[in-house]
Amino acid sequence: MSLDSKSAAPAHPAPGHQRRSALGSVLKLRELPVILALVILVTVTAALNPLFLSEQGIKDLLLNATILMILAVGQTLVIITRNIDLSVGSILGLVAFGTGSVFVAAPNLPIIAVFGIGILFGAVLGAVNGLLITVAKVPALVITLGTLYIFRGINNAWAGGTQYFAGDRPEAFGNLSVDTILGFPVITLIAVVVVAIVAVYMLGTRPGRDLYAIGSDPEAARLFGIPVTRRVLMAFVVNGALAGLAGVLYASRFNSVGATTGSGLELDVVAAAVVGGVAIFGGSGTVVGAAIGALLLTTITSALTALRVDKFWQQAIVGILILAAVVIDRIAGVRAARKLRIAEARNV
Amino acid sequence: MSDPTGSGTIVHPDGEPSETAAKGRRMTASPGSTRPGTEKRQKPGRRGAADTSTVLAVPKGRTGAARILLGRDAVMIYVLLVVVLYACIVIPRFASPVTVGFLLLDVIPTLLIALPMTLVIISGEIDLSVASIAGLTSALMGVLWQGGMPIALVLVICVLAGLVAGAFNGVLIAYLGLPSLAVTIGTLALFRGLALVVIGDNAVANFPPGLTAFFTSKIGGTGIPTVMVGVVVLIVAFAIVLHFTPFGRGLFALGYSKEAATFVGIDVARSKFLLYLATGTVSALAGIYWTLRYSSARSDNASGLELAVIAAVLLGGVSIFGGKGSIPGVLAGVLLIGTINYALKLDRVSEVVLIIVTGSLLIISVVAPNVAAAIKQARHSRRVRSAPLP
Amino acid sequence: MRFISSGSTGRRAAFAALATSAALVLSACGGGAASEGGDSEGGSGSDGEQTITFIPKQLNNPYTDVVLGGGEDGATEAGFASSEVVGPLDASASSQVSFINAETQRGTNVIVIAANDPDAVGPALEEARTAGAKIVAFDSDTNPDYRDLFVSQVNAKDVALIQLELISEQIGGEGEIAILSATANATNQNEWIKFMEEELASNPDYANIELVAKVYGDDDDTKSFQEAQGLLQAYPDLKGIISPTTVGIAATARYLSTSEYKGKVALTGLGLPNEMRPFVKDGTVSEFALWDPAQLGYVAAFAGKALADGTITGEVGDTFEAGELGEREIGDGGIVLVGPPTQFNAENIDDYDF
Repeated sequence: MSLDSKSAAPAHPAPGHQRRSALGSVLKLRELPVILALVILVTVTAALNPLFLSEQGIKDLLLNATILMILAVGQTLVIITRNIDLSVGSILGLVAFGTGSVFVAAPNLPIIAVFGIGILFGAVLGAVNGLLITVAKVPALVITLGTLYIFRGINNAWAGGTQYFAGDRPEAFGNLSVDTILGFPVITLIAVVVVAIVAVYMLGTRPGRDLYAIGSDPEAARLFGIPVTRRVLMAFVVNGALAGLAGVLYASRFNSVGATTGSGLELDVVAAAVVGGVAIFGGSGTVVGAAIGALLLTTITSALTALRVDKFWQQAIVGILILAAVVIDRIAGVRAARKLRIAEARNV
Repeated sequence: MSDPTGSGTIVHPDGEPSETAAKGRRMTASPGSTRPGTEKRQKPGRRGAADTSTVLAVPKGRTGAARILLGRDAVMIYVLLVVVLYACIVIPRFASPVTVGFLLLDVIPTLLIALPMTLVIISGEIDLSVASIAGLTSALMGVLWQGGMPIALVLVICVLAGLVAGAFNGVLIAYLGLPSLAVTIGTLALFRGLALVVIGDNAVANFPPGLTAFFTSKIGGTGIPTVMVGVVVLIVAFAIVLHFTPFGRGLFALGYSKEAATFVGIDVARSKFLLYLATGTVSALAGIYWTLRYSSARSDNASGLELAVIAAVLLGGVSIFGGKGSIPGVLAGVLLIGTINYALKLDRVSEVVLIIVTGSLLIISVVAPNVAAAIKQARHSRRVRSAPLP
Repeated sequence: MRFISSGSTGRRAAFAALATSAALVLSACGGGAASEGGDSEGGSGSDGEQTITFIPKQLNNPYTDVVLGGGEDGATEAGFASSEVVGPLDASASSQVSFINAETQRGTNVIVIAANDPDAVGPALEEARTAGAKIVAFDSDTNPDYRDLFVSQVNAKDVALIQLELISEQIGGEGEIAILSATANATNQNEWIKFMEEELASNPDYANIELVAKVYGDDDDTKSFQEAQGLLQAYPDLKGIISPTTVGIAATARYLSTSEYKGKVALTGLGLPNEMRPFVKDGTVSEFALWDPAQLGYVAAFAGKALADGTITGEVGDTFEAGELGEREIGDGGIVLVGPPTQFNAENIDDYDF
């Protein structure tokens, strides 16, 4: 058993394939379907309502996607290791309210420090998840379902009826989601930078690639000498930190933060990752795909409104997209397996 | 091919036979296995320490009676008992038939859906779309009734709708082999979306008063809701299917090891398909109950219920990885959350506390047995190590 | 295979254990019930120890907090022995029911409720009334069959008309407008919208104003924000937005103030001065309206007291004293009006703190 696993474990984000043909590799991209869907959606909508791609329109599209995008990137790290984090909505809520509280308690604190505090706070909450899961060896689904409730409960207990409004925060902080650089809102640029850093980390560094190996086969990864516990814990901490960042940005963008901020987000986040080609049982998918998945989901909402389509259809469409992504993933998986089998048969 | 999770195929393109063999070996290992070390190393990570073989390997010396009295189900029932007695003593007016009535009326939707959910999770799958099916049923019920259809026909159509929704899940998961977590996140959105498409922003409330009154009526002075009769019939039916039929035992085998289940002649796809049919149908019943109890058909009925159901089922001792669990345990889990919920409301404690308590219970319920098992395991291996070699 | 068979014996025993324990508990509870029941009959009767409980649409909502603050004051002044606030954390239709049930069981004398759904709370309220409780609806009405009284902000028609007047003034009497409401089932919202539509159709002053869309932000900040954004994109000629809900108007104001539409698209509706202050100051919003939410709770408490004392029965024409607000009369449909709405603008907004 150990021998088989060893040969299979590092097989994942096989770089060898990419060298063969540029076009071929583009066509084989897991992200291709979601990119196509996004392009078609935007083209059709813009053709019917030119305002959709006006300066303000693009800005709104990007702003809408920003927070979900960051959350989806974090979730992808966790899902790749064959885990899941359902508590992200609650973490976001806690950090968003925390941000509001920090500004009220210390109005003169530099904004960058507030970002630091928020990210750290999120990382701590993520570490709680990670430690419970790795040290106590308990399934992530159960633990994060539990912390989804607990974190939300703490948020409610802490906030009570208090809400902090845009007026309670420095104008410069709110302006992060108003001002643009080259047409891109500042908070979106932050998100893009995050996606880029995590993407490079996942493909270009040892620990990043370890996550894929862990998700493909945790047992084999352990035998292979990968520090599984530490890596999984890291994935949860990073996810928490990103949810914390999202929480701070939420406070910048929206009017009020309170007890219920961010509730119900978790399924949207998982949906964005799945639509972006991240396999729910780990081992495959990219953060870029997940980020595009998030962009697609939020764009659908805007597109339906812009086209004046009955908004009731929106959720059904999201459901169909998720199912389509799962089916595509399955087909790709079957094909990859067949190819591998042929290749190995030749090797023998 | 035989591994519908999709991940195995990518990772183990050639590893199926060996993995089957490995799992088969684990399965046939007797509880008194003298090789705890090897057992542990072969355990794949995603099963975690909740692995049945480990747990069963430990209580070697325990006799039948002790096993029953100290088992996971029994512990849940003790906890439930303690909570109920405590509430009876501490909270004024809790000890009353009125409590029984209101409490049961509140937990019936969770209780209903928890039954098929138990079977689904034991078989190693999950269904997140249950609350959306209930919502879709509710929406459909409202629209059909408003459209002037006789109520009996409406009810039949709604149950059929649940059956179809379940079949849709079932085909994708059992026959196309797609991962159930991803599929049912998709259908969670899809079915809720269809509910919105069907009824939109409207709410339908004018159901026959006789019928809605029946759904909140109680049996005599006992305080037990009349509909509980039907619920009990379902509970018994599911318990018999799970614990006393070959099909039910097959589900444990299925959740424990798909390959081994196939090997001993279980039709994996058919079993799973039937489970999703059951989940869809029972969710529809819960949707109907919800609509008539609150006499309000809306698209957002029962939203979020899926997480409450899963929390209750896991609290009831069902392993999220399949292969372990029981109906009595789940009943105790559902009633425990329901009792705490109602007791806190009666004591006017904020719902905030309830959320935190529910979450903590869930975590403790999975962490505690693992910690206990780890301690026992450590003691056991020390004993084995110190024993003279044969 | 051994684990399966051993599991099965375990199950059978567990059933037995469950059945026995259920029987035990039921008998224990039953015993308790007999004695408890005896006490409570005498305890919560008419000997002056009256209790009142407020059930808002949802806890942790700033508007609700102001209403409840007034309610607590009113309850104390009216002479209730205790006043409590319980309620769900989410504003879904069915979430209030088990709170009503628990209050019924506690023998609360007056239940004051803002209904999330006019019908879903019905059966539970019926049971509460059967058990002797008086039901006062406030803020958002239930189906009239299920309550004794409804304490309304103001005349629904007045609320609708004042918002139309404001928007008409702000857009110069012509152009496209839209409404951003709370949930689609909210009784109060729908009534105002209905009056607005009727007035737009019948009043020649508004002949050039066209209502092009009604959208729902579900009283959720994020959703309202995105609905506002969608409106402006879908209707490029939109001149104004009416948002008759505090969450909706604040979210819309936030969007407008951060977009290119600031100062170009008018916004009015019902808002909390504390929430709207920055947007009035930065010119996004010129004028909006609201009644004093605290008075709503205050009057509801006095109405509940009068009902519980039996001095009124909820008949049209009954009157009661509402503390420092003076005498109130029950109007058609069992509705008690609180007071006229106040208009807030840059000049007077600093005079209010709620």
